[in-house]
Parts: sequence; structure tokens; C-alpha cells
Amino acid sequence: MNFVLPEIDLGAIAPQLWLTATAILVLMVQAFVPLVTSRSLALLSIIGSLLSLVATLGLWGQEAVLFSGMIALDTFSLFFNVVFLLGAILTVLISVEYLEREQIAHGEYFALVLFATVGMMIMAAGVDLIAIFIGLEILSLSLYVLAGFMRQVLRSNESAMKYFLLGAFATGFFLYGIALLYGATGSTNLDRIFLIAGERGGWGNVLVMGGMGLLLVGFGFKVASVPFHMWTPDVYEGAPTPISAFMSTAAKAGAFAAFVRVFLYSLPGLAASWAPLLAGMAVLSMVVGTLLALVQRRNIKRLLAYSSIVHVGYLLLGLLSGGTEGGASVLFYLLAYTFMQVGAFAVVVYLGGQGEDDLSLARFSGVAVRHPVAALAFSLFLLSLAGIPPTAGFVGKFYIFSAAIQAGHIGLAVVGVLTSVVSLYYYLGVIVFMYMRDPVDLPERRPSAALVTALALAVAGTVEMGLFPGSLLDLAQQSVASLLGS
Amino acid sequence: MEVFLRGYSALGPYVPVFLFIVVAVTFGIVTLFIAKLVRPHRPYPEKLSPYECGVPPLMEARERFFIRFYIIAILFVLFDVEAAFLYPWAVLYGKLGLYGFIEMMIFIGILLVGYFYAWRKGALDWVKEG
Repeated sequence: MNFVLPEIDLGAIAPQLWLTATAILVLMVQAFVPLVTSRSLALLSIIGSLLSLVATLGLWGQEAVLFSGMIALDTFSLFFNVVFLLGAILTVLISVEYLEREQIAHGEYFALVLFATVGMMIMAAGVDLIAIFIGLEILSLSLYVLAGFMRQVLRSNESAMKYFLLGAFATGFFLYGIALLYGATGSTNLDRIFLIAGERGGWGNVLVMGGMGLLLVGFGFKVASVPFHMWTPDVYEGAPTPISAFMSTAAKAGAFAAFVRVFLYSLPGLAASWAPLLAGMAVLSMVVGTLLALVQRRNIKRLLAYSSIVHVGYLLLGLLSGGTEGGASVLFYLLAYTFMQVGAFAVVVYLGGQGEDDLSLARFSGVAVRHPVAALAFSLFLLSLAGIPPTAGFVGKFYIFSAAIQAGHIGLAVVGVLTSVVSLYYYLGVIVFMYMRDPVDLPERRPSAALVTALALAVAGTVEMGLFPGSLLDLAQQSVASLLGS
Repeated sequence: MEVFLRGYSALGPYVPVFLFIVVAVTFGIVTLFIAKLVRPHRPYPEKLSPYECGVPPLMEARERFFIRFYIIAILFVLFDVEAAFLYPWAVLYGKLGLYGFIEMMIFIGILLVGYFYAWRKGALDWVKEG
């Protein structure tokens, strides 16, 4: 047998390698260096993430397919690397204070966040279903542990258990889909699947259709779209708050990266078949998510969980529109969403007391009097999530809906606009509590420097992307164009 | 069989596998059926007990296991898989050369990090102190 070494270029996966090395270092330092504080581990994690970011920017513009057609280096994956790293850095920043308050300041936490980020990067760069699957597993396994990180708290255990069981099922669906596509095309490589599925697609071909449908279920679960969303509120409620933020932004972006790559790049030939399914998922996510978010008063984390389902609906709409415009609107929205969603969770971290026994909206009564800056920032994030003009959320929604209209999905765009009008009710509800109710007794606390930094970053990102979206949108378009080759 | 596989040329190599499954299942069923026809039928309590090897059963099999077995099992799987990866590397060692050697050392190094971590955290102590 002839043996040929696969082409290996470690420089092309430098961002992943930096993060992996940092994660291992964090793990070792916390195990072997006595008395190391979680703050210094957080600092180490952020330095590693920044190195990875520098490596990502250094690779910008290069294109290659490496490791025997497993990993692609293109602007698409690099753009997503930036989103993931941003999500990871913000998560680490808002975690520091939270971990100390909840007395779960173990170093494994940061290592797991970094490992999860590596998984997302592999998902975004994978051009083979096996590579995507491995990335998905690295991401999911880290998140299962992180969701249950508050070992003494029943809610957190419930969260981890639910996420793990349902996630395992979703993984099964995903893997079965890969198996069927392999059976139909004889390859797990996205290029080959594109060639063969394109000529053999159609409802007549059970294997291709079944494989595609099962992949859709797997992705649908990972991004938490209706009807695969049942786990979302319980998991987000029970998980540590920074991890809820991480799961709803970066992890979702990771799943969307692979979603876009597989469906827009590899299976566009079957668009006639998956478009109706995706349209159904998008409409259901928008409508069901909005209706359920309307009645969430008991827990702000559940409110944000349902609102994240609505946002997945918008993102699916962008994906459905397809082409450079649709894909770019998804990328832009994911970046904007990372800023505003992590920002909102950062305020929840700041205002929630130890143990977070009470996160009902009533707790936020009169916050504006005691913590005016936090209230102002929270209002900004909520208005951005609702899509009010001078914010990132508005611009993101605008691009998604205009891409949908250009692609001829006018009915879906109308549903999107209507649900975002309705969503104003529950976002404004929180603001009403903060500004128009009498203040309740909140413990007097000073936010840590890390939390302030994270809030400042999130505010800056939300405003910047709202006021000057042009250059970032160009970047998103270039990234998708590099993927679709147009 | 060819009729069912029309249009799925990639499945061609699996035809022997399908045939093998069919033969295996048929063989099992036929053997059991013929045995039922020819064997004598004389049941008594000892014969009907779950393990007919001389030792009377002591208790239910559904016991709670000590949780430490779980960690040991996970560590075992980890290094078992490592060994599985070492075999093909050892077979091709000559062709892989120095590059393969360094790659493998990095791989083993990463696993060792996990080993030291588990050690340090007391996963290897059967009775945990403190």
C-alpha cells in the first residue's frame, strides 16, 4: 500500500492551536500552581484569546483547503473566528465576578470555555461532515459540563442533564444524517456531496432527502429553533448566567457557521426541498418564541431564552434567503447579536444577587434610581434586541428582511416585522420596570473592572454597528462571497 | 438485490454485507427451530435458574456500583484509545519518520496532561483523603 502523508500546514490552524495551548495551560496552572486566583486564570484565557485573534487577523485573505480536504481556510471561517473569540472574551470577562459570587471559581471553567471555542472554530472551518461533527462534539461536551458547573445547585444539574440527554439525541440525528448522505454519495466531503447531491437530488432520492432532513434536525436543535427548542429555557435558566450568554451567542454562531456552509455551499441544489422546511422552522421560531416570551415575568433568563429563539427565527430567514446577501445578513446579525445578548446577560450578572434566587422582572423595579448606568446599558441592549434604529439590532434586522424581500420571501419578511413589533412589548416591559416602578432593596455593590470592561465593549459594539454598519457588512459579504465563490 | 440498489452505486460493496446479515439471521432462527423439534423437554428449577454453572445466584444483578468505577473506566477508555492509535503509528513508523515521531509525542503529551490532571485531582486515589 502506498502511503502519502497528508498535507499539513499548522500555520493555517494557528487560531485553533493558540486557543488549545492556552486551554491546556490554564488547566495545568490551576492544577499545579497553588493559590492561583481565578482572576489570573481569566487574564491568561483572555491573553490566549487575543493571541488567537491576532493569528486570525494575520491569516485574513488567505484561502486553502488542508488536511486531506478536512479543514478550509477562508474568509468565511475567519470571520466566524472573530465572532467566537469575541463571545469567548466577553463571557470570560463577565464570568470573573459571577464565579466568585457563586463560589464556583474553579479554573476548569475557563479551560472549558476555551475548548468550546476551539470546537466552534473547527465547525466553522470544517469542509467535511466528519470535521464538522468533531467540532460539534468538542463544543457540546464542553457546554454540557459548563451548564452543570454549579454542582451544588439543583437547577444547574437539571440544566446539564436536560442539555446532555437532548443533545445526545440531536447528535444521533446529525450522525445518522451524515451516514445517509455518505450512503447516497459515497463521501463525507462537502464538495463531493455538492456534486452528487446536485445531480441526484429531489424527493425521489430517499437517502439524500433523509440525510438532509436529519442534518436539519441536528442543526435545528443546536441553534434552538422551534420545534427543537424545548430545552432552551430550562437550560438557560439553570446554567451559570455567563454560560447562558455564551450558549446563546457564540455556540449558536458555531452551529450557524456549519449550517450556512452545509446548506448554502453543499446542498444548494436541493434548495427547492429544504427551503419549505426552513421556512416552516423560521416562522414557527418567530411566532412561538414571541408568544411565549410575552408571558415570561418570573425569570429574566427565561425571557432572554425565548427571545433568543425568536432571533434564531430571523437568522433562519436570512439563511433561507440564501446567496451572498442572505448569508452576509446572517453573519452580520450574529456579530451584532453577540454584542447585545452578552451585554444583556452581563447586566443580569451584575444585578442578580448571590444564588440568583429571584430574577423576576419585579426585581428590576426602579433599578434606574440605584444603578443608573446599568439601567441605561440594559435599556440599550433591550432596544437593540427589539430592533430600534440607532443600534446594531436594527441594522441587522434591516439587512435580513431586505435580503428576504429580494429573495422573494415577502410573506416571511412580514411575519418577521410583525413579530419584532410584538417583541417590543416584552423588551419595553423590562424597561418599564426599571424606570417607572418604585425601587426595591438591592444590595449595594460595585461592579468589577472586568464586568465594566465587558459592558463597555458590548455598548461600544452595539452602538458602533448601529451607526457605522457599512464596513462590517462589506466584510460579511466578502466572507460569504469567498464561501460561495461568486 | 441489484434491483433495490439501482441508483445507489456507492452501496455496491455492501451487497456481501447484506447477504451476510441475511445468512446469519436465517442460520440462527433455523438452528433454534430444529433444536426445538428434536430435543427432550424436561425442565426443573435448577435448570431454569439464570446461570447454570453450579453456583446458586446470591442477589439481583441490578446493584448500585461505586461511583469511582466510573472515573476509572473513563480513564481506561482514554488510554485504551491512545494505545489503539499507537499501533498503526508503530506499524508505519519507518515511513513516517521524524515528523511522525514528533506528532505522536505531541499527541501522547496532550494525553499525559490529562493524566497528570486526573492524578493531581485525586481521581486515581481509591479512598479520597480529606
